[in-house]
Amino acid sequence: MVCPRAAAAAGAARVAIVSTVNPTVARAGYTRTAIALHWLMAALMTAGFTLGATMVDLHISPRKVRLYAYHKWIGITVLGLVLLRCCWRLLHSPPPAEPMPRWQMSAAHFTHGLLYALMTCTPVIGWLYSSASGYPVVYLKLWQLPDLVSKNDALAKVLVQVHGALAWTLFWVVLLHSAAALKHHYIDRDATLRRMLVWRRG
Amino acid sequence: MQRDFPALALGALFVLTLVTGAASVPAVDASKSSIIVTFRQENVPVDAPFKKFNGRIDYDPAHPDAAKAELEVTTASLDLGSEEYSAEVRKKNWFDSTTYRTATFISTAIKPGALGHFDATGILTLKGKTQTVTIPVSVARAVTTTNFDGELQLSRSYFGIGDPEWNDVVDDKVRVKFHIVE
Repeated sequence: MVCPRAAAAAGAARVAIVSTVNPTVARAGYTRTAIALHWLMAALMTAGFTLGATMVDLHISPRKVRLYAYHKWIGITVLGLVLLRCCWRLLHSPPPAEPMPRWQMSAAHFTHGLLYALMTCTPVIGWLYSSASGYPVVYLKLWQLPDLVSKNDALAKVLVQVHGALAWTLFWVVLLHSAAALKHHYIDRDATLRRMLVWRRG
Repeated sequence: MQRDFPALALGALFVLTLVTGAASVPAVDASKSSIIVTFRQENVPVDAPFKKFNGRIDYDPAHPDAAKAELEVTTASLDLGSEEYSAEVRKKNWFDSTTYRTATFISTAIKPGALGHFDATGILTLKGKTQTVTIPVSVARAVTTTNFDGELQLSRSYFGIGDPEWNDVVDDKVRVKFHIVE
């Protein structure tokens, strides 16, 4: 666990150094914590989505049961991280955006809002679905999470549909988000994507 | 046509005896009772009820040691929450419900314990295997009914329920909890 204060201090120090070295090029990037959370969640969501999309069609087997467990653990981790990320975001303002047309700015804000909403709702609905099907979530095989609703077959049937629809919406919004980042990087040639890649900065 | 009155009366009496006799024999009220299996997969406790069972418990609080219990559970009625999984456990490697349609418990000895408690020893038959089990049971009398509650732990492997390939995922120990209303 990164100590937030230390990370913030490190981020501030980095920005200060970069600014002194080359004040015209340097722009404040995201904090290391924000960057770490961003890419960790990107990796987890890719894994969780791929697992989810494959496991559902598997024939019943011990492997299928295991994959369901992993999928749930990933989902709960994403939920925990998104909450942490929201707290971080509230305490640290993101770096100023690169100059871009107003519509792009609005689109970016909308997409980011949608991403946060989907990153929160998809695992929550998944958890609800698990509870409604009578299968509690036992995080990392160690901690049994409380059931959000009691067993209800009719509700479970609806929730699984909603969970899938949200996951697929998240998939398309992530694709749009990535496409926009690449467009900024390769076409507009601005620092939008670089702000999220700490390792490329000196 | 001339009816034979004595014969008719005798017939009616016979039917009446059957009806009242049947009514006086206690039978499990399946709609109010439950038999729930709790198993653990990947350490997740899952409750699965048997939807179909019947039986009877002859229990007289004045002579608890003379009590008798017989229960018969339809193995195909285990509800795992989704038809896909429920159908899976009816297969040969699990309950083999086509060959072994029912699982039974027949008591052999009842040992009264503290007030409202007794130990029921009996023979459990499941998938062609038998095991003598002793189940602590608590009894509570309601206005018109009697409730029997208890639970026991069984081993899947003993009865050959489930492929060994599942052993890493599903615990061998399975709990069976019952609430029988008569």
